[in-house]
Amino acid sequence: MTDILVYVPNSGKHAAEVLTLGRTLGDVSAIAFDDASAALAGEYGAAKVYRVDAAGADDYFVDPKATVLIDLARSVAPGFFLLPSTDEGKALAARVAVALENGLLTDVSGLEADGTVTQDAFAGATIVKSKTTKGFTLATVKAGSTEPAPAPGAPTVEAVAATVAENDQRVKVVERVDEPAGDRPGLAEAGIVVSGGRGVGSAEDFALIERVADALGGAVGASRAATDAGYYPHKFQVGQTGTTVSPQLYVAAGISGAIQHRAGMQTSRVIVAVNKDADAPIFGMADFGVVGDLFQVLPQALEEIEKRK
Amino acid sequence: MNIVVLVKQVPDSGLARRLDAQLRVDRNGANNVMGELDEYAVEAALQLKEAHGGEVTVLTLGPSQATETVRKVLAMGADKAVHIEDDAVGGSDALTTSAILAAALGRLEWDLVIAGAESTDSGMGVMPQLLAARTGKPALTGARKIDTDGSAITVEHQRANGYDVLSADLPAIVSVWDTINTPRYPSLKGIMAAKRKPVETLTLADLGVGEAGPAAASNEVLSAADRPARTAGEIVTDEGQGGVALAGFLAAEKFI
Repeated sequence: MTDILVYVPNSGKHAAEVLTLGRTLGDVSAIAFDDASAALAGEYGAAKVYRVDAAGADDYFVDPKATVLIDLARSVAPGFFLLPSTDEGKALAARVAVALENGLLTDVSGLEADGTVTQDAFAGATIVKSKTTKGFTLATVKAGSTEPAPAPGAPTVEAVAATVAENDQRVKVVERVDEPAGDRPGLAEAGIVVSGGRGVGSAEDFALIERVADALGGAVGASRAATDAGYYPHKFQVGQTGTTVSPQLYVAAGISGAIQHRAGMQTSRVIVAVNKDADAPIFGMADFGVVGDLFQVLPQALEEIEKRK
Repeated sequence: MNIVVLVKQVPDSGLARRLDAQLRVDRNGANNVMGELDEYAVEAALQLKEAHGGEVTVLTLGPSQATETVRKVLAMGADKAVHIEDDAVGGSDALTTSAILAAALGRLEWDLVIAGAESTDSGMGVMPQLLAARTGKPALTGARKIDTDGSAITVEHQRANGYDVLSADLPAIVSVWDTINTPRYPSLKGIMAAKRKPVETLTLADLGVGEAGPAAASNEVLSAADRPARTAGEIVTDEGQGGVALAGFLAAEKFI
Protein backbone atom coordinates (compact mmCIF):
# COMPACT_ATOMS: atom_id res chain seq x y z
CA MET A 1 0.00 0.00 0.00
CA THR A 2 0.99 3.59 -0.53
CA ASP A 3 2.75 5.30 2.35
CA ILE A 4 0.76 8.20 3.71
CA LEU A 5 2.84 10.61 5.76
CA VAL A 6 0.78 12.73 8.15
CA TYR A 7 2.17 15.54 10.27
CA VAL A 8 0.31 15.38 13.60
CA PRO A 9 0.48 18.51 15.73
CA ASN A 10 -0.88 18.43 19.24
CA SER A 11 -4.15 20.07 18.24
CA GLY A 12 -6.89 17.52 18.72
CA LYS A 13 -9.79 17.41 16.31
CA HIS A 14 -8.19 18.85 13.17
CA ALA A 15 -5.24 16.46 13.39
CA ALA A 16 -7.67 13.57 14.00
CA GLU A 17 -9.52 14.53 10.83
CA VAL A 18 -6.33 14.48 8.77
CA LEU A 19 -5.41 11.06 10.20
CA THR A 20 -8.91 9.79 9.40
CA LEU A 21 -8.68 11.02 5.79
CA GLY A 22 -5.17 9.61 5.46
CA ARG A 23 -6.38 6.14 6.45
CA THR A 24 -8.75 6.06 3.48
CA LEU A 25 -5.72 6.34 1.17
CA GLY A 26 -3.28 3.81 2.62
CA ASP A 27 -1.12 3.01 5.62
CA VAL A 28 -0.54 6.13 7.68
CA SER A 29 2.89 6.95 9.03
CA ALA A 30 2.46 9.80 11.49
CA ILE A 31 5.11 12.34 12.42
CA ALA A 32 4.79 13.37 16.06
CA PHE A 33 7.01 15.74 18.03
CA ASP A 34 5.48 14.96 21.43
CA ASP A 35 3.77 12.15 23.32
CA ALA A 36 0.25 13.60 23.05
CA SER A 37 0.54 13.76 19.25
CA ALA A 38 1.96 10.23 19.12
CA ALA A 39 -0.96 8.99 21.24
CA LEU A 40 -3.45 10.76 18.96
CA ALA A 41 -1.86 9.08 15.92
CA GLY A 42 -2.31 5.67 17.57
CA GLU A 43 -5.90 6.40 18.48
CA TYR A 44 -6.73 7.37 14.90
CA GLY A 45 -5.25 4.34 13.22
CA ALA A 46 -1.69 5.21 12.24
CA ALA A 47 0.28 2.08 11.32
CA LYS A 48 3.55 3.74 12.21
CA VAL A 49 4.67 6.73 14.23
CA TYR A 50 7.87 8.63 13.70
CA ARG A 51 8.36 9.93 17.22
CA VAL A 52 10.71 12.85 16.71
CA ASP A 53 12.83 14.04 19.59
CA ALA A 54 14.11 17.43 18.53
CA ALA A 55 15.32 18.90 21.79
CA GLY A 56 15.03 22.67 21.76
CA ALA A 57 12.87 22.86 18.61
CA ASP A 58 10.12 24.60 20.56
CA ASP A 59 12.39 27.56 21.19
CA TYR A 60 12.22 28.39 17.49
CA PHE A 61 9.56 29.01 14.86
CA VAL A 62 8.78 26.41 12.18
CA ASP A 63 12.30 25.99 10.80
CA PRO A 64 13.59 23.06 12.93
CA LYS A 65 10.39 21.09 12.31
CA ALA A 66 10.57 21.88 8.60
CA THR A 67 14.04 20.36 8.41
CA VAL A 68 12.82 17.16 10.07
CA LEU A 69 9.82 16.93 7.74
CA ILE A 70 11.98 17.50 4.66
CA ASP A 71 14.37 14.72 5.72
CA LEU A 72 11.51 12.30 6.42
CA ALA A 73 9.72 13.14 3.16
CA ARG A 74 12.95 12.51 1.28
CA SER A 75 13.66 9.15 2.93
CA VAL A 76 10.08 7.82 3.01
CA ALA A 77 9.13 9.00 -0.51
CA PRO A 78 5.41 8.82 0.38
CA GLY A 79 2.46 8.72 -1.97
CA PHE A 80 0.79 11.48 0.05
CA PHE A 81 2.10 13.88 2.65
CA LEU A 82 -0.78 15.48 4.54
CA LEU A 83 -0.71 18.32 7.07
CA PRO A 84 -3.49 20.26 8.76
CA SER A 85 -4.26 23.52 6.96
CA THR A 86 -3.15 25.76 9.77
CA ASP A 87 -0.54 28.54 9.67
CA GLU A 88 2.01 26.04 10.90
CA GLY A 89 0.92 23.24 8.57
CA LYS A 90 1.03 25.52 5.55
CA ALA A 91 4.42 26.93 6.51
CA LEU A 92 5.87 23.44 6.91
CA ALA A 93 4.33 22.26 3.63
CA ALA A 94 5.79 25.28 1.82
CA ARG A 95 9.27 24.47 3.09
CA VAL A 96 8.93 20.83 2.00
CA ALA A 97 7.67 21.91 -1.43
CA VAL A 98 10.66 24.12 -2.16
CA ALA A 99 13.22 21.69 -0.74
CA LEU A 100 11.94 18.83 -2.88
CA GLU A 101 10.64 20.97 -5.80
CA ASN A 102 7.37 19.17 -5.19
CA GLY A 103 3.84 20.30 -6.01
CA LEU A 104 1.87 21.91 -3.18
CA LEU A 105 -1.90 21.90 -2.69
CA THR A 106 -3.40 23.90 0.16
CA ASP A 107 -6.80 23.88 1.89
CA VAL A 108 -7.98 20.63 0.33
CA SER A 109 -11.33 19.29 1.53
CA GLY A 110 -11.21 15.92 -0.21
CA LEU A 111 -8.61 13.42 -1.45
CA GLU A 112 -8.87 10.46 -3.80
CA ALA A 113 -6.50 7.52 -4.04
CA ASP A 114 -5.33 8.60 -7.51
CA GLY A 115 -4.13 11.92 -6.08
CA THR A 116 -7.08 14.04 -7.19
CA VAL A 117 -7.91 16.63 -4.54
CA THR A 118 -10.93 18.86 -4.04
CA GLN A 119 -10.39 22.51 -3.16
CA ASP A 120 -12.67 25.48 -2.73
CA ALA A 121 -11.69 28.45 -4.88
CA PHE A 122 -12.88 32.01 -4.19
CA ALA A 123 -13.72 31.07 -0.63
CA GLY A 124 -16.14 28.35 -1.58
CA ALA A 125 -17.90 29.84 -4.61
CA THR A 126 -16.09 27.46 -6.99
CA ILE A 127 -15.15 23.83 -6.46
CA VAL A 128 -11.87 22.82 -8.09
CA LYS A 129 -10.34 19.40 -8.68
CA SER A 130 -6.56 19.37 -8.99
CA LYS A 131 -3.66 16.97 -9.10
CA THR A 132 0.05 17.26 -8.48
CA THR A 133 2.20 16.64 -11.53
CA LYS A 134 5.58 16.88 -9.82
CA GLY A 135 6.40 14.51 -6.97
CA PHE A 136 3.99 13.12 -4.40
CA THR A 137 0.69 14.67 -3.32
CA LEU A 138 1.70 17.26 -0.73
CA ALA A 139 -1.48 18.74 0.68
CA THR A 140 -2.75 20.73 3.64
CA VAL A 141 -6.23 19.63 4.72
CA LYS A 142 -8.91 22.10 5.79
CA ALA A 143 -10.51 21.75 9.20
CA GLY A 144 -13.94 20.12 9.06
CA SER A 145 -13.19 18.08 5.91
CA THR A 146 -14.30 14.84 7.51
CA GLU A 147 -15.64 13.48 10.79
CA PRO A 148 -12.78 12.07 12.85
CA ALA A 149 -13.21 8.31 13.28
CA PRO A 150 -11.11 6.61 15.98
CA ALA A 151 -9.40 3.33 15.08
CA PRO A 152 -7.18 2.57 18.06
CA GLY A 153 -4.20 0.40 17.31
CA ALA A 154 -0.64 -0.25 18.34
CA PRO A 155 1.50 1.46 15.74
CA THR A 156 5.16 0.61 15.37
CA VAL A 157 7.18 3.47 16.75
CA GLU A 158 10.40 4.64 15.18
CA ALA A 159 12.39 7.09 17.24
CA VAL A 160 13.90 9.94 15.25
CA ALA A 161 16.56 12.01 16.98
CA ALA A 162 17.04 15.46 15.52
CA THR A 163 19.31 18.31 16.49
CA VAL A 164 18.36 21.88 15.77
CA ALA A 165 20.80 23.21 13.18
CA GLU A 166 22.17 26.72 13.61
CA ASN A 167 20.43 27.84 10.45
CA ASP A 168 17.09 26.82 11.97
CA GLN A 169 17.68 28.96 15.07
CA ARG A 170 17.23 32.29 13.33
CA VAL A 171 13.59 32.85 14.27
CA LYS A 172 13.33 32.61 18.02
CA VAL A 173 10.08 32.17 19.91
CA VAL A 174 10.52 34.68 22.70
CA GLU A 175 7.15 34.08 24.30
CA ARG A 176 3.96 32.11 23.71
CA VAL A 177 0.84 33.88 24.91
CA ASP A 178 -2.47 32.04 25.10
CA GLU A 179 -5.67 34.03 24.97
CA PRO A 180 -8.16 31.27 25.70
CA ALA A 181 -11.73 31.66 24.55
CA GLY A 182 -13.02 30.12 27.77
CA ASP A 183 -14.63 26.73 27.42
CA ARG A 184 -15.90 27.36 23.91
CA PRO A 185 -14.59 25.30 20.99
CA GLY A 186 -12.13 26.88 18.55
CA LEU A 187 -13.81 28.84 15.77
CA ALA A 188 -12.26 26.96 12.85
CA GLU A 189 -13.00 23.55 14.33
CA ALA A 190 -16.40 24.12 15.94
CA GLY A 191 -19.37 22.06 14.82
CA ILE A 192 -21.68 24.96 15.64
CA VAL A 193 -20.87 28.66 15.18
CA VAL A 194 -23.09 31.52 16.35
CA SER A 195 -22.07 34.87 14.85
CA GLY A 196 -23.14 38.41 15.46
CA GLY A 197 -22.91 41.36 13.12
CA ARG A 198 -23.49 45.07 13.02
CA GLY A 199 -27.07 44.50 14.13
CA VAL A 200 -25.86 43.45 17.58
CA GLY A 201 -25.06 47.10 18.09
CA SER A 202 -22.55 47.05 20.93
CA ALA A 203 -19.82 45.06 22.67
CA GLU A 204 -22.08 44.58 25.72
CA ASP A 205 -24.87 43.07 23.67
CA PHE A 206 -22.52 40.44 22.25
CA ALA A 207 -23.19 38.67 25.56
CA LEU A 208 -26.48 37.56 23.98
CA ILE A 209 -24.57 35.94 21.08
CA GLU A 210 -22.31 34.22 23.64
CA ARG A 211 -25.34 32.91 25.53
CA VAL A 212 -26.81 31.40 22.36
CA ALA A 213 -23.43 29.87 21.47
CA ASP A 214 -23.10 28.38 24.95
CA ALA A 215 -26.65 27.01 24.90
CA LEU A 216 -25.84 25.20 21.64
CA GLY A 217 -22.27 24.24 22.65
CA GLY A 218 -20.85 26.31 19.82
CA ALA A 219 -18.17 28.88 19.12
CA VAL A 220 -18.79 32.63 18.83
CA GLY A 221 -18.02 34.42 15.58
CA ALA A 222 -18.42 37.96 14.35
CA SER A 223 -18.76 39.70 11.01
CA ARG A 224 -16.17 42.18 9.86
CA ALA A 225 -18.58 45.04 10.50
CA ALA A 226 -18.83 43.90 14.12
CA THR A 227 -15.08 43.47 14.64
CA ASP A 228 -14.29 46.77 12.89
CA ALA A 229 -16.79 48.50 15.17
CA GLY A 230 -14.99 46.99 18.16
CA TYR A 231 -17.97 44.90 19.30
CA TYR A 232 -15.89 41.73 19.40
CA PRO A 233 -12.17 40.88 19.02
CA HIS A 234 -10.84 40.53 15.50
CA LYS A 235 -9.66 36.97 15.97
CA PHE A 236 -13.29 35.85 15.99
CA GLN A 237 -13.97 37.38 12.59
CA VAL A 238 -15.59 35.04 10.09
CA GLY A 239 -15.03 35.99 6.46
CA GLN A 240 -12.61 36.62 3.65
CA THR A 241 -10.13 38.40 5.92
CA GLY A 242 -10.89 36.32 8.97
CA THR A 243 -11.49 32.66 9.65
CA THR A 244 -13.22 30.41 7.14
CA VAL A 245 -15.63 28.11 8.93
CA SER A 246 -17.53 25.09 7.71
CA PRO A 247 -19.62 23.95 10.68
CA GLN A 248 -22.69 21.74 10.77
CA LEU A 249 -24.72 24.74 11.92
CA TYR A 250 -24.04 28.44 11.37
CA VAL A 251 -26.29 30.98 13.07
CA ALA A 252 -25.98 34.54 11.69
CA ALA A 253 -27.58 37.17 13.91
CA GLY A 254 -27.73 40.78 12.78
CA ILE A 255 -25.50 39.97 9.79
CA SER A 256 -26.60 41.21 6.37
CA GLY A 257 -24.46 38.71 4.47
CA ALA A 258 -21.98 40.78 2.45
CA ILE A 259 -19.79 38.72 0.09
CA GLN A 260 -16.88 39.35 2.47
CA HIS A 261 -18.78 37.43 5.15
CA ARG A 262 -20.38 34.80 2.93
CA ALA A 263 -16.89 33.85 1.75
CA GLY A 264 -16.11 32.68 5.24
CA MET A 265 -19.20 30.60 5.97
CA GLN A 266 -20.99 29.56 2.79
CA THR A 267 -19.86 25.94 3.03
CA SER A 268 -21.64 25.50 6.38
CA ARG A 269 -24.08 22.59 6.27
CA VAL A 270 -27.09 24.38 7.80
CA ILE A 271 -27.41 28.16 7.92
CA VAL A 272 -29.85 30.01 10.16
CA ALA A 273 -30.31 33.79 9.99
CA VAL A 274 -32.01 36.38 12.16
CA ASN A 275 -32.20 39.89 10.76
CA LYS A 276 -34.52 42.87 10.91
CA ASP A 277 -34.13 43.55 7.19
CA ALA A 278 -36.21 41.11 5.09
CA ASP A 279 -34.06 42.03 2.06
CA ALA A 280 -30.74 41.09 3.70
CA PRO A 281 -28.77 38.82 1.32
CA ILE A 282 -28.16 36.35 4.15
CA PHE A 283 -31.78 35.17 3.79
CA GLY A 284 -31.02 34.09 0.23
CA MET A 285 -28.72 31.37 1.55
CA ALA A 286 -30.36 30.53 4.86
CA ASP A 287 -32.04 27.18 5.45
CA PHE A 288 -34.15 28.88 8.07
CA GLY A 289 -34.57 32.57 8.66
CA VAL A 290 -36.46 34.81 11.02
CA VAL A 291 -37.18 38.37 9.92
CA GLY A 292 -37.28 40.19 13.22
CA ASP A 293 -35.45 41.92 16.03
CA LEU A 294 -32.66 39.66 17.27
CA PHE A 295 -33.17 41.04 20.80
CA GLN A 296 -36.70 39.61 20.74
CA VAL A 297 -36.06 36.44 18.75
CA LEU A 298 -32.86 35.15 20.39
CA PRO A 299 -33.93 35.45 24.06
CA GLN A 300 -37.19 33.67 23.21
CA ALA A 301 -35.26 30.98 21.31
CA LEU A 302 -32.92 30.57 24.30
CA GLU A 303 -35.88 30.06 26.62
CA GLU A 304 -37.33 27.47 24.25
CA ILE A 305 -33.96 25.70 23.91
CA GLU A 306 -33.69 25.42 27.70
CA LYS A 307 -37.23 24.00 27.83
CA ARG A 308 -36.48 21.38 25.20
CA LYS A 309 -33.18 20.25 26.72
CA MET B 1 16.09 50.59 6.35
CA ASN B 2 15.16 49.44 2.86
CA ILE B 3 11.88 47.61 2.56
CA VAL B 4 10.36 45.69 -0.32
CA VAL B 5 6.60 45.35 -0.12
CA LEU B 6 4.94 42.60 -2.15
CA VAL B 7 1.60 43.41 -3.70
CA LYS B 8 -0.67 41.46 -6.00
CA GLN B 9 -3.53 42.70 -8.08
CA VAL B 10 -6.52 40.42 -7.62
CA PRO B 11 -10.15 40.31 -8.74
CA ASP B 12 -12.28 42.27 -6.25
CA SER B 13 -13.38 39.79 -3.60
CA GLY B 14 -16.54 41.83 -3.09
CA LEU B 15 -17.81 40.88 -6.55
CA ALA B 16 -18.41 37.60 -8.36
CA ARG B 17 -15.19 35.90 -9.42
CA ARG B 18 -14.57 32.95 -11.69
CA LEU B 19 -12.00 30.82 -13.44
CA ASP B 20 -11.56 31.31 -17.19
CA ALA B 21 -11.66 28.66 -19.94
CA GLN B 22 -8.06 27.66 -19.12
CA LEU B 23 -9.14 27.17 -15.48
CA ARG B 24 -7.06 30.14 -14.35
CA VAL B 25 -8.24 33.09 -12.28
CA ASP B 26 -10.10 35.37 -14.68
CA ARG B 27 -8.24 38.67 -14.49
CA ASN B 28 -9.64 40.20 -17.64
CA GLY B 29 -12.61 41.80 -15.95
CA ALA B 30 -12.44 45.48 -15.03
CA ASN B 31 -12.78 44.71 -11.33
CA ASN B 32 -9.15 44.20 -10.39
CA VAL B 33 -7.92 45.75 -7.16
CA MET B 34 -4.93 45.54 -4.88
CA GLY B 35 -5.14 42.44 -2.67
CA GLU B 36 -6.98 43.47 0.45
CA LEU B 37 -4.32 42.32 2.92
CA ASP B 38 -1.57 43.89 0.78
CA GLU B 39 -2.77 47.33 1.84
CA TYR B 40 -1.81 46.52 5.42
CA ALA B 41 1.62 45.39 4.25
CA VAL B 42 2.09 48.70 2.44
CA GLU B 43 0.99 50.69 5.50
CA ALA B 44 3.37 48.71 7.73
CA ALA B 45 6.23 49.41 5.30
CA LEU B 46 5.46 53.12 5.17
CA GLN B 47 5.27 53.40 8.96
CA LEU B 48 8.65 51.67 9.33
CA LYS B 49 10.16 53.94 6.71
CA GLU B 50 8.81 56.99 8.53
CA ALA B 51 10.41 55.76 11.75
CA HIS B 52 13.72 54.50 10.40
CA GLY B 53 14.30 56.17 7.03
CA GLY B 54 15.29 54.28 3.90
CA GLU B 55 13.25 53.43 0.85
CA VAL B 56 10.11 51.41 0.17
CA THR B 57 10.10 49.49 -3.10
CA VAL B 58 6.90 47.92 -4.44
CA LEU B 59 7.39 44.54 -6.10
CA THR B 60 4.60 43.02 -8.13
CA LEU B 61 4.15 40.27 -10.68
CA GLY B 62 1.23 40.58 -13.04
CA PRO B 63 -0.18 41.68 -16.38
CA SER B 64 0.00 45.26 -17.63
CA GLN B 65 -3.16 46.30 -15.78
CA ALA B 66 -1.34 45.61 -12.49
CA THR B 67 0.25 49.02 -13.12
CA GLU B 68 -2.86 50.49 -11.49
CA THR B 69 -2.02 48.70 -8.26
CA VAL B 70 1.61 49.79 -8.48
CA ARG B 71 0.54 53.42 -8.93
CA LYS B 72 -1.76 53.20 -5.95
CA VAL B 73 1.08 52.00 -3.70
CA LEU B 74 3.35 54.76 -5.02
CA ALA B 75 0.55 57.24 -4.31
CA MET B 76 0.31 55.94 -0.75
CA GLY B 77 3.98 56.83 -0.34
CA ALA B 78 6.28 54.08 -1.66
CA ASP B 79 9.39 55.38 -3.43
CA LYS B 80 9.77 53.15 -6.47
CA ALA B 81 8.43 50.03 -8.08
CA VAL B 82 9.50 46.87 -9.85
CA HIS B 83 6.81 45.32 -12.03
CA ILE B 84 7.54 41.90 -13.47
CA GLU B 85 5.43 41.66 -16.59
CA ASP B 86 5.75 38.81 -19.03
CA ASP B 87 3.13 36.92 -21.02
CA ALA B 88 4.86 33.66 -20.09
CA VAL B 89 3.97 34.18 -16.40
CA GLY B 90 0.23 33.51 -16.77
CA GLY B 91 -0.78 30.17 -15.29
CA SER B 92 2.29 29.89 -13.06
CA ASP B 93 1.84 28.06 -9.77
CA ALA B 94 2.99 29.29 -6.38
CA LEU B 95 6.34 27.51 -6.61
CA THR B 96 7.22 29.14 -9.93
CA THR B 97 5.91 32.50 -8.71
CA SER B 98 8.18 32.25 -5.68
CA ALA B 99 11.17 31.50 -7.93
CA ILE B 100 10.42 34.59 -10.04
CA LEU B 101 9.92 36.85 -7.01
CA ALA B 102 13.07 35.47 -5.35
CA ALA B 103 15.05 36.30 -8.52
CA ALA B 104 13.72 39.85 -8.38
CA LEU B 105 14.53 40.14 -4.66
CA GLY B 106 18.05 39.04 -5.51
CA ARG B 107 18.48 42.19 -7.61
CA LEU B 108 17.24 44.52 -4.87
CA GLU B 109 18.89 45.69 -1.66
CA TRP B 110 16.58 45.07 1.26
CA ASP B 111 16.53 44.68 4.99
CA LEU B 112 12.91 43.64 5.16
CA VAL B 113 10.31 42.15 2.82
CA ILE B 114 6.68 42.67 3.89
CA ALA B 115 3.70 40.84 2.38
CA GLY B 116 0.06 40.36 3.25
CA ALA B 117 -0.59 37.12 5.13
CA GLU B 118 -2.37 35.72 2.07
CA SER B 119 -3.80 36.83 -1.24
CA THR B 120 -7.54 37.13 -1.59
CA ASP B 121 -7.63 35.21 -4.89
CA SER B 122 -5.70 31.97 -4.45
CA GLY B 123 -5.54 32.44 -0.67
CA MET B 124 -2.74 29.92 -0.16
CA GLY B 125 -0.83 32.02 2.38
CA VAL B 126 2.48 30.30 1.63
CA MET B 127 4.47 32.90 -0.32
CA PRO B 128 6.53 34.28 2.60
CA GLN B 129 7.71 30.78 3.53
CA LEU B 130 8.37 29.84 -0.11
CA LEU B 131 10.47 33.00 -0.44
CA ALA B 132 12.26 32.26 2.82
CA ALA B 133 13.23 28.86 1.46
CA ARG B 134 14.41 30.34 -1.84
CA THR B 135 16.27 33.38 -0.47
CA GLY B 136 17.68 31.65 2.60
CA LYS B 137 16.31 34.44 4.81
CA PRO B 138 14.12 33.89 7.87
CA ALA B 139 10.34 34.33 7.63
CA LEU B 140 8.15 35.63 10.46
CA THR B 141 4.60 35.21 9.27
CA GLY B 142 1.10 36.31 10.26
CA ALA B 143 2.15 39.39 12.24
CA ARG B 144 -0.34 41.53 14.12
CA LYS B 145 2.47 43.79 15.39
CA ILE B 146 5.99 44.59 14.19
CA ASP B 147 8.84 46.20 16.12
CA THR B 148 12.33 46.78 14.80
CA ASP B 149 15.42 48.69 15.83
CA GLY B 150 16.83 48.50 12.33
CA SER B 151 19.00 45.46 12.93
CA ALA B 152 16.58 42.93 14.42
CA ILE B 153 12.82 42.47 14.21
CA THR B 154 10.22 41.29 16.69
CA VAL B 155 6.68 40.38 15.67
CA GLU B 156 3.55 39.11 17.33
CA HIS B 157 2.58 36.06 15.29
CA GLN B 158 -1.21 35.75 15.48
CA ARG B 159 -2.66 32.30 15.98
CA ALA B 160 -6.16 31.01 16.69
CA ASN B 161 -5.96 31.10 20.48
CA GLY B 162 -3.27 33.64 21.21
CA TYR B 163 -0.01 34.85 19.76
CA ASP B 164 3.70 34.05 19.74
CA VAL B 165 6.38 36.68 20.04
CA LEU B 166 9.02 35.92 17.39
CA SER B 167 12.34 37.63 16.81
CA ALA B 168 15.08 37.43 14.20
CA ASP B 169 17.95 39.44 12.82
CA LEU B 170 17.41 41.39 9.61
CA PRO B 171 17.24 40.85 6.71
CA ALA B 172 13.98 38.98 7.12
CA ILE B 173 10.62 38.34 5.47
CA VAL B 174 7.42 39.25 7.31
CA SER B 175 3.73 38.84 6.52
CA VAL B 176 0.94 40.77 8.20
CA TRP B 177 -2.75 40.41 9.08
CA ASP B 178 -5.25 43.23 8.93
CA THR B 179 -5.13 43.62 12.71
CA ILE B 180 -1.77 45.39 12.41
CA ASN B 181 -2.81 48.89 11.32
CA THR B 182 -5.29 51.00 9.39
CA PRO B 183 -4.05 51.63 5.85
CA ARG B 184 -3.91 55.24 4.71
CA TYR B 185 -5.65 56.55 1.61
CA PRO B 186 -3.52 58.07 -1.12
CA SER B 187 -3.58 61.88 -0.88
CA LEU B 188 -4.09 64.04 -3.94
CA LYS B 189 -0.49 65.18 -3.56
CA GLY B 190 0.58 61.55 -3.35
CA ILE B 191 -1.34 60.68 -6.49
CA MET B 192 0.37 63.52 -8.38
CA ALA B 193 3.81 62.58 -7.03
CA ALA B 194 3.29 58.91 -7.96
CA LYS B 195 3.30 59.82 -11.64
CA ARG B 196 6.95 60.85 -11.41
CA LYS B 197 8.18 57.88 -9.37
CA PRO B 198 10.32 55.29 -11.16
CA VAL B 199 8.72 52.00 -12.22
CA GLU B 200 11.12 49.38 -13.54
CA THR B 201 9.53 46.74 -15.76
CA LEU B 202 11.28 43.38 -15.90
CA THR B 203 10.75 40.27 -17.98
CA LEU B 204 11.59 36.68 -17.06
CA ALA B 205 14.64 36.95 -19.34
CA ASP B 206 15.83 39.98 -17.35
CA LEU B 207 15.57 37.86 -14.21
CA GLY B 208 17.20 34.82 -15.72
CA VAL B 209 14.12 32.70 -15.04
CA GLY B 210 13.59 29.97 -17.61
CA GLU B 211 10.33 28.12 -17.78
CA ALA B 212 7.17 29.54 -16.21
CA GLY B 213 3.44 29.24 -16.75
CA PRO B 214 1.49 25.98 -17.03
CA ALA B 215 4.45 24.05 -18.48
CA ALA B 216 6.49 24.65 -15.34
CA ALA B 217 3.60 24.16 -12.91
CA SER B 218 3.73 21.30 -10.45
CA ASN B 219 -0.05 21.05 -10.18
CA GLU B 220 -2.76 20.72 -12.74
CA VAL B 221 -6.33 21.94 -12.35
CA LEU B 222 -8.54 19.17 -13.73
CA SER B 223 -11.95 20.76 -13.47
CA ALA B 224 -13.88 23.58 -11.87
CA ALA B 225 -17.56 23.92 -11.11
CA ASP B 226 -19.65 26.57 -9.45
CA ARG B 227 -20.80 25.48 -6.04
CA PRO B 228 -24.50 24.84 -6.37
CA ALA B 229 -26.16 28.05 -5.23
CA ARG B 230 -27.72 27.75 -1.81
CA THR B 231 -31.41 28.21 -2.06
CA ALA B 232 -33.35 30.04 0.55
CA GLY B 233 -35.21 27.74 2.90
CA GLU B 234 -38.07 28.69 5.14
CA ILE B 235 -38.15 32.36 6.07
CA VAL B 236 -40.65 33.43 8.72
CA THR B 237 -41.47 36.90 9.96
CA ASP B 238 -41.43 37.31 13.72
CA GLU B 239 -44.87 38.15 14.97
CA GLY B 240 -44.15 37.16 18.55
CA GLN B 241 -43.23 33.51 18.04
CA GLY B 242 -40.06 33.84 15.93
CA GLY B 243 -37.78 32.54 18.67
CA VAL B 244 -39.98 29.50 19.26
CA ALA B 245 -39.99 28.78 15.53
CA LEU B 246 -36.20 29.09 15.46
CA ALA B 247 -35.79 26.66 18.37
CA GLY B 248 -38.25 24.33 16.65
CA PHE B 249 -36.13 24.29 13.50
CA LEU B 250 -32.94 23.61 15.51
CA ALA B 251 -34.69 20.74 17.31
CA ALA B 252 -35.99 19.28 14.04
CA GLU B 253 -32.42 19.38 12.71
CA LYS B 254 -31.26 17.68 15.94
CA PHE B 255 -29.04 20.53 17.10
CA ILE B 256 -30.85 20.52 20.43
